[in-house]
Amino acid sequence: MHMHKFEKIWLIFGVGCLIFFLTTVGVSAFYLGNKPPSCLTTVNPEKVDQTKPFDKPGLHKVEGKDWDYELVYVAQAFSYNPAQVKVPLGAKVRVIATTKDVVHGFEVAGTNINMMLEPGYVSEYTTTFDKAGEYLIVCNEYCGAGHHLMSSKIEVVE
Amino acid sequence: MVNSAVSKIKVDPRDAKLSMAHFYVAFIALALGGLMGLLQTLVRSGKYELPGGIGYYQILTVHGVMMGLVLTTFFIMGFQYAAVSRTAGTHSNAARRTGWIGFWTMTAGTAMAATMVLLNKASVLYTFYAPLQAHWIFYLGLTLVVVGSWIDGAAQIMTYAKWRKNNPGKPSPLLSFMAVINTVLWIVATLGVAATVLFQLLPWSLGLVDTVDVLVSRTLFWYFGHPLVYFWLLPAYMCWYTIIPKIIGGKIFSDSLARLSFILFLLFSIPVGFHHQLTEPGIDPAWKFFQVVLTFMVVIPSLMTAFSLFATFERYGRSKGATGLFGWFKVLPWGDARFTVPFIGMASFIPAGAGGIINASNQMDQVVHNTIWITGHFHLTAATSVVLTFFGISYWLIPHLTGRKLTKAMNKLGIIQGWVWFIGMVFMSGAMHFEGLLGGPRRSAFSTYGGAKQAAEWIPYQIAQAVGGSILFLGIILVLIIFINLAFFAPKGEEEFPVGEAENPQESAPMVFENWKLWLGITAALILFAYTIPFIDIIQNAPPGSKGFKTW
Repeated sequence: MHMHKFEKIWLIFGVGCLIFFLTTVGVSAFYLGNKPPSCLTTVNPEKVDQTKPFDKPGLHKVEGKDWDYELVYVAQAFSYNPAQVKVPLGAKVRVIATTKDVVHGFEVAGTNINMMLEPGYVSEYTTTFDKAGEYLIVCNEYCGAGHHLMSSKIEVVE
Repeated sequence: MVNSAVSKIKVDPRDAKLSMAHFYVAFIALALGGLMGLLQTLVRSGKYELPGGIGYYQILTVHGVMMGLVLTTFFIMGFQYAAVSRTAGTHSNAARRTGWIGFWTMTAGTAMAATMVLLNKASVLYTFYAPLQAHWIFYLGLTLVVVGSWIDGAAQIMTYAKWRKNNPGKPSPLLSFMAVINTVLWIVATLGVAATVLFQLLPWSLGLVDTVDVLVSRTLFWYFGHPLVYFWLLPAYMCWYTIIPKIIGGKIFSDSLARLSFILFLLFSIPVGFHHQLTEPGIDPAWKFFQVVLTFMVVIPSLMTAFSLFATFERYGRSKGATGLFGWFKVLPWGDARFTVPFIGMASFIPAGAGGIINASNQMDQVVHNTIWITGHFHLTAATSVVLTFFGISYWLIPHLTGRKLTKAMNKLGIIQGWVWFIGMVFMSGAMHFEGLLGGPRRSAFSTYGGAKQAAEWIPYQIAQAVGGSILFLGIILVLIIFINLAFFAPKGEEEFPVGEAENPQESAPMVFENWKLWLGITAALILFAYTIPFIDIIQNAPPGSKGFKTW
């Protein structure tokens, strides 16, 4: 099988780019800690309200952890609890969420918080809110007739 | 081996009939699905409401099922069946009977699933994520579509096997080889969706079991969901590699490299489903990254394809006396719809592929996951590159099969159709990409989200999508006019089924490419390697299962 010289150059260049690119993504994920949300904790989807921390949705100050606050959400068709929350500017927050019924999305528009909520699983993501303003949380996974009405709000205040 | 007499070979009329049966279903699906697409963009502009209590998510389900499953599967099976008949010889009676059984099984399944969707018993979208629970007839219908496609594909494999038996030690005709690779890819991929439907969703929707394991179901779905898009893409590549060179009057750059790239697609399009599940809980991030790396291996055959195509174009142009770095570009046959329409598709694959690289980039996916950027992405890949190539194929294949001619007027209308599609898609897909970057979600009806400021920024883009959607619907009307003309009204005559010749026909492809034990073995090994450990983890650490929900 014969390969043209230019095609060899083209493929070496392409594969070289690919290796460089994947290395960048890998280093960012595993050395700098920018992994996509992949929490392995499970929860009984029918006992979410009785299970910690979902028995108390909302923002909680925590001590002795890598983050300052925990922001707990319970999703169900077609709402999030809490429906609105105020977060102090610059706070490092662990967002912890789950769903009581079907699969939902949890996307804070304009940020990197974007994770799937699946019945039986806890989804977590840690982030720092360093820009003041109002952020809309939308459900971005189809969950039924009221999917487009499912939202919540985060206000980042000084 | 290949001479000018061969290029006049016609698909046997009995095979043509079965191919055409597929195309009738495919184009009906295009008409229905296209209308639903138009309505979706109108609803989401906020200026229009659906009449008679029809739900947005019901028409979204129809659009996804018709375009993503019915149009594609029927068109591809019809095209490949004809391509094998043309290049490996007329199908035997047994193969043809197998093909018809497959066709009717798929059609019956489609009718069952469609009925349940129309009755609003299955507004679960074409991804049917559990624990949304559709009517069991919907799942059974989908099962029949998949099983029917296996039977349908078996007809192509039978004819390919017959050719191999009659021509020992010779590489099979390129187009047949490619069709069989795609059929094999499809069979291996659909095992995942068949498993979740048969073992999880059907028993659960029938009430035989109470709960379903959601993550297992999603993982099996996405084991199928990514190779699904390569199943759509490879027939377009068949056209680009083997048919376009003949249409422009050039040669296939390299027969062997074309085969190698198809084998690489078979190997690397399946063990990669986790890149659709990057933001999901319950899957270890190391395994996600591993599948991300495998995902990117398809960049290699994609680069090979791009090189071959443009090498063919340039060599042809220079043989016509074109000079300068890009002089060859001007002498390409822009007045021929059979070339121009697929070419627009080909060119669209450059931004489309770049977008795909972003989507699959592990943590970068968080920026775009489930935003309407993704919808914009696959309307460039599937709904432009693939579908425009399918239209370009129809413009000569339909008249070839029906014994008619593509007239000058229809050729012109075809070119107009291609450009109308392109303009519509620039508006629609472009606006989707931008809105997605601002966070606008996909698969959502019009909403102001309680007057939120961020949501207000999305609305102008949604109006642009409605403009694009309307232009695209015009494009669909043009396609349907051309299809009906070519199928029933065009003047009788002979339209060529173009199949290109390799530039160096004396350099025959290595026989190792036809060693199915080897390639299926590597495919299986890669799948087992990428999935076994994470799949055991998912099952061992499973939470209590989910009951069914009907939230629509």
